[in-house]
Amino acid sequence: MKLKFLSVLALGAMLMSCGGEKAKKEVAKTPVENEVKSEVKAEPVKIDPMKDKGVGTIKSVTLGDIDEAMVAKGEEVYKAKCTACHKISKRFVGPGLKGVTERRTPEWIMNMILDPELMVVENETAKQLLIEYTAPMANQNLTEDEARAILEYFRTKN
Amino acid sequence: MKTMIKSFIAIFTLSVIMVSCGDANSNKSTKQSGALSGNAAEKVYVAPGEHDEFYAFVSGGFSGQLAVYGLPSGRLFKVIPVFSVDAEKAYGFNEETKPMLMTSHGFIPWDDSHHPDISQTAGELDGRWVFINGNNTPRIAKIDLTTFETTEIIEVPNSAGNHSSSFVTENTEYVVAGTRFSVPFPQRDMPIDEYKGNFKGALTFISVNQEDGGMDIKFQLRMPGFDYDLSHPGRGASHGWFFFTTYNTEEANSLLEVNASQNDKDFIAAVNWKKIEEYVNNGGGKKIPSKYAHNVYDEHTHTATSTMKKEVLVVDPEDVPGAIYFMPTPKSPHGCDVDPSGEYIVGSGKLAAELTVHSFSKMLKAIEEKKFDGDAYGIPVLQYEATLAGAVKQPGLGPLHTEFDGKGNAYTTFFISSEVVKWKLGTWEVIDRKPTYYSVGHLMIPGGNSRKPFGKYVLAMNKITKDRYLPTGPEVTQSAQLYDITGEKMELLLDFPTIGEPHYAAGIPADIVAKNSKKFYRLEDNKHPHAVKTEAEAKVVRKGNEVHIYLTMIRSHFAPDNIEGVQVGDKVYFHVTNLEQDYDVPHGVSMIGAQTSELLIMPGQTETFIWYPKQVGVWPFYCTDFCSALHQEMQGYIRVSPKGSNVPIKFTLDGDAVDAE
Repeated sequence: MKLKFLSVLALGAMLMSCGGEKAKKEVAKTPVENEVKSEVKAEPVKIDPMKDKGVGTIKSVTLGDIDEAMVAKGEEVYKAKCTACHKISKRFVGPGLKGVTERRTPEWIMNMILDPELMVVENETAKQLLIEYTAPMANQNLTEDEARAILEYFRTKN
Repeated sequence: MKTMIKSFIAIFTLSVIMVSCGDANSNKSTKQSGALSGNAAEKVYVAPGEHDEFYAFVSGGFSGQLAVYGLPSGRLFKVIPVFSVDAEKAYGFNEETKPMLMTSHGFIPWDDSHHPDISQTAGELDGRWVFINGNNTPRIAKIDLTTFETTEIIEVPNSAGNHSSSFVTENTEYVVAGTRFSVPFPQRDMPIDEYKGNFKGALTFISVNQEDGGMDIKFQLRMPGFDYDLSHPGRGASHGWFFFTTYNTEEANSLLEVNASQNDKDFIAAVNWKKIEEYVNNGGGKKIPSKYAHNVYDEHTHTATSTMKKEVLVVDPEDVPGAIYFMPTPKSPHGCDVDPSGEYIVGSGKLAAELTVHSFSKMLKAIEEKKFDGDAYGIPVLQYEATLAGAVKQPGLGPLHTEFDGKGNAYTTFFISSEVVKWKLGTWEVIDRKPTYYSVGHLMIPGGNSRKPFGKYVLAMNKITKDRYLPTGPEVTQSAQLYDITGEKMELLLDFPTIGEPHYAAGIPADIVAKNSKKFYRLEDNKHPHAVKTEAEAKVVRKGNEVHIYLTMIRSHFAPDNIEGVQVGDKVYFHVTNLEQDYDVPHGVSMIGAQTSELLIMPGQTETFIWYPKQVGVWPFYCTDFCSALHQEMQGYIRVSPKGSNVPIKFTLDGDAVDAE
């Protein structure tokens, strides 16, 4: 059903594009067609979340002993920017965060904080979370240092 | 040429008839006849996702607002509320912006906005601020171009019909406001027919603080009782001077359409403001009692304050000899426009057969050689021939306004003959003329009244629309028209509808402004006294019969969203903070039965409205700005109990106290 609708849409877009070369080219690249393709091969891939670093600017994080100063800063930022949707102990708008560092890699956590829009489009785990929780995570425009501090705070909440 | 115009009119009339037949073919005939040239559409087409080349700030006239369009597409981006309340943005409805509309006459929810002007540095557009005048209850507003919001309004005392405003000097040292009506100055109870010699006209020089844009009236010139119509600053060599057109030099106080059209010539007043500034800086001028409001919006508290000022510094022309001169200009001149070099001052005599151009250098020479033709109230009147640079002969009927392209050409609108006429500075020859649809008022070239015009387009703002669009009953939108002026001949590209009745516009290349546009307000910088920056701080507090609800919003819930303990007869304050920290995630909030508008709150911002619950029950509130896929879920309830009820104040979210775990 959905497929049928999408192809009608794509056809419609093509028909409307009689205006010129440029417009035709753009139609060829529309996300509508890309989506048609991904619908066809929509077999979810099994991923080990503890090997998934996510997508975004954070490629590698080295963890050392718990840094208390960083934990304090992380708690402050978390309370100011995240608690409208997250609680530690339980599911709220978003997932409860107790033990999150045992379920996700440090890189994944930071990428999700820093660029949730990209993650829910390009990362399979994030996609599945969006389906489960329905509310897309808000980008609170934190700095990399702030995201790192929140990660440190989460390490104390296992 | 004449035959050409005739045949054009014939073709046009024919096409109007074809369009108006109203059958299925009418669309087709529009396309055929409307394509003045095949590439007009291409020239104004901005592809989806691409940006316009220019911002155009088009005044809202009797809407009191300022509209932001893109050129060449004519797409409307924003209507900035300035002098009138705006329910969409809660401007003048929320507690934070109500002080912006305070005046010495109390809260005034409307005005007539006329002439936007963009700030300049060294005579070139710098894109920091737009200034605009309120005509009816004289005010000057400043719009900050990082937020595109009105951040300051100053009332102009002793003025009435604040029309020859709000134009800036070359480095935005001053924004200048001139009165249209002369009035008793200061106001007093006196017979109207004793106008002559007793009424005076205020020309007001408002200084602009270069750090924060703060406005302050530096001095008011108490001029003879004429009508001051329009003005523009000198630039380049004439920097330091300001020029004002006058009419009603007859000083009539009734039936002006006859009685103010008696004199063969009225004046352009040339004011050496540098000289007067020096006089004032040395302690000159008299302070006289005058009540006027000064309203400032603080970006950190998101709140405006209104201060009532009590006196103003007045300078009488006789106190500063040699600072003001009158240049005779035929027949009730309207527009007063200065070319990019600062040498030519164009006076458009509304009823004159030709367009008068004065020369600044000739004016200086005439002053030096004392070529005077008497005086008016002690102000020397220069000999007409002595300052005349030239005249554009038989240019059209009813000249109003002139802009410049920076390539030696001027463009003047003609109201009665309904056209834009291109002519050459220096030779005064007419190069081209194009009809407007219909009865054009102002026109605008981006930077067209600065040292550096961007002479690619001219925007004509028409007073009459008639058949240009689908009819919408007796009232129709006003129409703007865009012309390509890159060639020898102008080319009409586009019609687009406007808000209210535009009088003038100011245009600027988009790249000067767009890069400074703010994306959201940082929560850390929010200094609103009632801000709550996390859900943990959200609360409901009773103080006597006042209840203060400190509410937060984020996609897509309010905290708290269940509130009890409110009673009939309470005064309920909603202090609402948007906790989002991302671009383009505003939330709205509205409460059933609140006698005010919704609030539209940008990320990181706090706003307040007041609700007087009148009926017992459980009443909902909700988010008005579609914020996410779960926007329809963003809602809450308030329980209203009878007056004196013992239901305690209670506020929860998801059944729990609001906290931050």
